[in-house]
Amino acid sequence: MKYLSEYRDAELVHSTIKKIGDTVSQPWTIMEICGGQTHSIIRNGLDQLLPDEIELVHGPGCPVCVTPLELIDKALAIASQPDVIFTSYGDMLRVPGSEADLFSIRAQGGDIRVVYSPLDALKIAQENPDKEVVFFAIGFETTAPANVMSILQAEQLHINNFTILVSHVRVPQAIEVILGSPNNRVQGFLAAGHVCAVMGYWEYLLIAEKYQIPITVTGFEPLDIVQGILNTVESLESGEPVVKNAYIRAVTEQGNQAAQETINKVFESCDRKWRGIGVIPGSGWRLKPAYSAYDAELRFNVQTIQAEESPLCISGLVLQGIKKPAECEAFGTLCSPENPLGATMVSDEGACAAYYRYRNHNSR
Amino acid sequence: MKKELPSLEGPVCALPRSHKDKIVLGHGSGGKMMADLIRDTFYPPLSNPALLAGNDAGVVQLANGTRLAVSTDAHVVSPLFFRGGDIGKLAVCGTVNDVAMVGAKPLYLTASFILEEGLELSVLDNVVQSMKSAAEEAGVEIISGDTKVVAHGEADGLYISTTGVGMLDPDLNIGGAEAKPGDLVIISGTIGDHGIVVLEARGELGFETNLKSDIAPLNHLITAMLNVSNSIHVLRDPTRGGVATALNEISKQSGVGIILDENSLPIQPAVSAACEMLGFDPLYIANEGKLLAVISGKDVEKVLDVMKKTRYGENAVVIGEVVDSPRGRLLLKTGLGSTRIVDVLAGEMLPRIC
Repeated sequence: MKYLSEYRDAELVHSTIKKIGDTVSQPWTIMEICGGQTHSIIRNGLDQLLPDEIELVHGPGCPVCVTPLELIDKALAIASQPDVIFTSYGDMLRVPGSEADLFSIRAQGGDIRVVYSPLDALKIAQENPDKEVVFFAIGFETTAPANVMSILQAEQLHINNFTILVSHVRVPQAIEVILGSPNNRVQGFLAAGHVCAVMGYWEYLLIAEKYQIPITVTGFEPLDIVQGILNTVESLESGEPVVKNAYIRAVTEQGNQAAQETINKVFESCDRKWRGIGVIPGSGWRLKPAYSAYDAELRFNVQTIQAEESPLCISGLVLQGIKKPAECEAFGTLCSPENPLGATMVSDEGACAAYYRYRNHNSR
Repeated sequence: MKKELPSLEGPVCALPRSHKDKIVLGHGSGGKMMADLIRDTFYPPLSNPALLAGNDAGVVQLANGTRLAVSTDAHVVSPLFFRGGDIGKLAVCGTVNDVAMVGAKPLYLTASFILEEGLELSVLDNVVQSMKSAAEEAGVEIISGDTKVVAHGEADGLYISTTGVGMLDPDLNIGGAEAKPGDLVIISGTIGDHGIVVLEARGELGFETNLKSDIAPLNHLITAMLNVSNSIHVLRDPTRGGVATALNEISKQSGVGIILDENSLPIQPAVSAACEMLGFDPLYIANEGKLLAVISGKDVEKVLDVMKKTRYGENAVVIGEVVDSPRGRLLLKTGLGSTRIVDVLAGEMLPRIC
């Protein structure tokens, strides 16, 4: 495939890995923030090919994994109601809530549909005026523009039977939590390319400066990832805590400003709970009061639902890069993708699921 | 299970959902949930050697020494018609292929129809015509049938179940448990065409491709292969769950490892592109006119030669090898030279968020 196969070229990947080997002089721990990057690294076995000095740890950038338990419970409560069509990205259907998942609600007769975009959900609302259509608006900055666009279009087209259940999270605040932790081992970051395509990377300049840590904006194909690692290792070796852009075909410093303006029109910053981590101040987006008519939590009166996670699953530590999936004693035994104990095992982008799917989970 | 790890007793987690009390769609997806359902619900009460062999068709020997292969398959595709085929062609080819995958010559089919009140008769006519053509091509006859009608809303138009019977040579022993280290794995053509066409026909892609479903009767191809080699150990059609699921089953049944070579997988660009956009892996996408063959290395060249001369095997290619270990595992050597596990799907294949 044109514009993809070029970034999977084995020769180029290997020559870039050789450059990493030539550059590295000591062990470094680098975190890839995004679950899409984790998936690509494990799927392509990139970590097997890297020099031993480079340790990759997997960040909290899987939106499915970090969506808090109580939001799942709210989704289940809404989806169980009659005359509701509940729409979601596919991999949210399997995430366990306190007592069920969306699959079980569907088996009991709930009308739950997988969509690829909130605009598809909006179309369903248009076609079913006698139903309430709800879209589960999860994600990082990447999915925010489309979610916001669905609200603006609903307003413009006077579609009143459409609401969204919002659980948006933001990357820079999560990076700061990781860097502020006394247990932090991360010495450099691969920033999430698609998040930066929307937001730019100017926010990361402040983080690199404040924490004296190099950050490289990185894409998702094998060549993108090894190039991001090479740039980060060069910064680490030369002691320069700078931000570099290894995804210039998609990312500029200022990002997509039209998308940012649209987001700011509809969303405002809020504190947000992350599954496995806890509340991170200022790490979320929610609907502004002017758009509260599109807030599914208010429409269905589920604001009061609360839930606490079990302290036993270590997905929080995995999400912060402190532990690897195989260090969990439930990994691959009690906990597997068809029987997930924690969020990181649920989504294909979750670190535990990526390890389970592509690694020999019998070896610890 | 919880007793194995006492430290995790109590309210273990955010709540595992194993769906052991109710059927969900994942039970029908060909993945691990379905395998568990068969193992736990069907095998114990119905147990017999032909069933437990776990092949596409059950093989039995009659008192006079005749060996029969029998297979049955229910077809519930939506929509009923799509590019390259329809539910009628599927119902004939699916069962013909399942009978042929143990090396048997399919002879007769039966068909039962569940019709939804309100179905246009012209639709049924078209489906039956399509069954006729497919049966003629395969060289089988449909010798018995049954019709039931259910109330409007209680079915999705039309469901067809077919059962097939075939004769099997006395000395043939082809089955999932027969793969041996040193064997090579052949696929008869490109991977994933049918599954993507059906998604497209459902309007789920949001874009169009020029793909056609690969539905085809493969019994003549298999006859040609058996004519040149007596070292064909396993035949399987990678339908629901795709190549990854079929090879995982074979690796477990035979107690061997299988290593696929990513560079040699034949995948049409449109299938790759659709999978990239949707977050699917072509290895898990359904095929309806392809077979996997596990063959002794010495015979591979002549089997490939004869396959390539047939209509449904012209793109046949070696995609992997059977190894001693890790037993019961399917591995993939990536285009970059690293190795990863290709596991069975848990349940439904879910598109990723971004």
